[in-house]
Amino acid sequence: MGFFSKIKEGLKKTKEAIAYKLNKLFTGGVLTDDFYDELEEILITSDIGAETTDTVMDRLKGEIDKNHVRDTATVRTLLKKILVELLEENEQPTYEYPLVIMLSGVNGVGKTTAIGKLAKKFKKAGKSVTIAAADTFRAAAADQLTVWAERANVRIIKHTEGADPAAVVFDAAQSVKSKNGDVLLVDTAGRLHNKKNLMEELKKISRVVERELPDAMVMNYIVLDATTGQNAISQVEIFNEAIDIDGIVLTKLDGTAKGGVVLAIAGELGVPVVYVGVGEGIDDLEDFNAEEFVNGIMDEQ
Amino acid sequence: MGLFSSLAEKLGNVFSKITSRGKLTEGDIKQAMREIRIALLEADVNYAVVKDFVSKVSEKAVGEAVLKSLTPGQQVVKIVNDELVELMGSTNSKLEVSSKPPTVILMCGLQGAGKTTFCGKLGGYLLKQGKKPMFAACDVYRPAAINQLQVVGKKVNIPVFEQGAGNPVKIAANAVEEAKKLGYDTVIVDTAGRLHINEQLMTELKEIKQKTAPTEILLTVDAMTGQDAVNVAKTFNDELDITGVILTKLDGDTRGGAALSIRSVTGKPIKFCGTGEKPTDIEPFYPDRMASRILGMGDVLTLIEKAQNAVSEEEMKKLEKRMRENKFTLEDFLTQFKSLAKMGDINDVVAMIPGMNRANVDSRAIDERINKYKSIILSMTPQERNHPEIIKSSRRKRIAAGSGTTVQEVNALLKQYDQTREMMRAANSGKLPQMQQKIVRQKRRFR
Repeated sequence: MGFFSKIKEGLKKTKEAIAYKLNKLFTGGVLTDDFYDELEEILITSDIGAETTDTVMDRLKGEIDKNHVRDTATVRTLLKKILVELLEENEQPTYEYPLVIMLSGVNGVGKTTAIGKLAKKFKKAGKSVTIAAADTFRAAAADQLTVWAERANVRIIKHTEGADPAAVVFDAAQSVKSKNGDVLLVDTAGRLHNKKNLMEELKKISRVVERELPDAMVMNYIVLDATTGQNAISQVEIFNEAIDIDGIVLTKLDGTAKGGVVLAIAGELGVPVVYVGVGEGIDDLEDFNAEEFVNGIMDEQ
Repeated sequence: MGLFSSLAEKLGNVFSKITSRGKLTEGDIKQAMREIRIALLEADVNYAVVKDFVSKVSEKAVGEAVLKSLTPGQQVVKIVNDELVELMGSTNSKLEVSSKPPTVILMCGLQGAGKTTFCGKLGGYLLKQGKKPMFAACDVYRPAAINQLQVVGKKVNIPVFEQGAGNPVKIAANAVEEAKKLGYDTVIVDTAGRLHINEQLMTELKEIKQKTAPTEILLTVDAMTGQDAVNVAKTFNDELDITGVILTKLDGDTRGGAALSIRSVTGKPIKFCGTGEKPTDIEPFYPDRMASRILGMGDVLTLIEKAQNAVSEEEMKKLEKRMRENKFTLEDFLTQFKSLAKMGDINDVVAMIPGMNRANVDSRAIDERINKYKSIILSMTPQERNHPEIIKSSRRKRIAAGSGTTVQEVNALLKQYDQTREMMRAANSGKLPQMQQKIVRQKRRFR
């Protein structure tokens, strides 16, 4: 049971249409120009990006020549291998406790929901979890997070709307210290990466974490919406400049979007995908698995 | 920068190659089309739309007239521009109003597209136009969504109709009844974010549509959406027959290819865009302006409109009169600063000036300086504001102390004021070229 088997349940016409097209393509037999064109279309419409698609296609053609491949079924296997390799070059983190995970990202990608799911995940693993509601900007963000905290049955530290987010994190850090907590999850306000002052605020929050919990392992994850296109590269790049991004949480993979842009990000910036969000339930967060992800792009069971 | 440079820059590169050579060969155009194709794909324009677009443009560009014209490069730019405009729907389309109030506006879209935030903006916009809007809170799924709408409603002074976590279809219908009773002429229905492939939730939207007979069904789409934008827009349109699209988060550095795709796939116009986090950050969508913005030709019209919105007509007339009479005082200077702050992020403003792409100005530093100048002027007596020449050393010290600044900063403000006044005098006496030079110098100072 991988995460895509879960998704399959919710799948409707659109995705089936793509799968049908793909299956037809790969059972067609001969390698023609049309075949390559359609392969390119699949990669580009998965948001992999024109440049990365070119790179992948070049590599694929090289492999085909080298191995004297003639049939489309083998090409499928080769393509899969290339894509998986691209993702696996980036290692997954191993956690040590106390652990701080800070989620940041642009507006509306699903940070707060992801925090709720992470809280449940660590709680289930027997950890003592604290949430810092450092999104003090968006209307009712703390209320939303409180509901998640109740669902996961974990502690939450919050201030009033408009408060200094760094102060919320400071208080949360004190609470973790005094209670000997294992995990601190920091929710931050959505911010567009080209707003300089908001990126400075993020740096400040990050400094507070490092100063107050010097012995903790700190992971900065950026949350990306799978429906986002090439702009995701710019998002990761600029957040990375501000606070050193350690990984990606890819959300909303339960739609028809493939989130292929993480392939471009893996290739260009070397940031690994750590978790994927596949639904609105509290358990709908899975560890990332490169092979299953690629299967999703190629629409395989 | 390669991958990250904007579509405008990319097309600019392609065409500067062409324009620098007088004549174009068919091979040149092919090369340009290839680069346009990649640029559009990197801008997240849908694959099929790009294919269509490029073949249309190259058909026109290869035409005899272009190849033989003296400025083939510019001809190609014009063709690309015209096609872009056509693709996005030629003219701006306004909101429809129902002949039988209340006008119901149904908002829908994926999770996190910005529906609730945009409800606030749209409400504020309609309020400004003299309408009497009300919100209906029909997102009963996301935790605290109703709460968020209430906070948003409070900010823009619009009441929210809510019935807790009940049945959204009933809540929407009740809201319309309530609006009729209380005399509200517009009901903006906020709904839960949903995946287009979620049949159950799509049925719910259809039922809301049936019960409330909305005049407008607006699909909210994140401007950063990738290739999937067409699937989302197409499904929502097939299911609900939407009347228009809202493009949000256009204040990011996204190239906004979704705007190009959606219209061509659904045939429905983009009506508004969201350009910031403030309730006033809403702009009508103008296809021609968007096209020239993409092509790096600036967006002067929007800039002028922004300035007009920030300064009231009355203020404008007063200022004009004072300028003519050469009576521009520090008080007027203060008013100018206030309206500058109202225009929004300085980077967005700069990006609209032709020939200037989004300059990476540190907007916070500028805001800080403007705030300082404001507090300096506010620390002056009315007499000082109207007769700045009386401000000598001891007054400067007092003003600096009173505003928490230094004498140097007070001096800097007074100097800037002098220059502005001089500029206005020059404008009055018709010495415009000199004034332009001054503007250039001032702009440098702001960097």
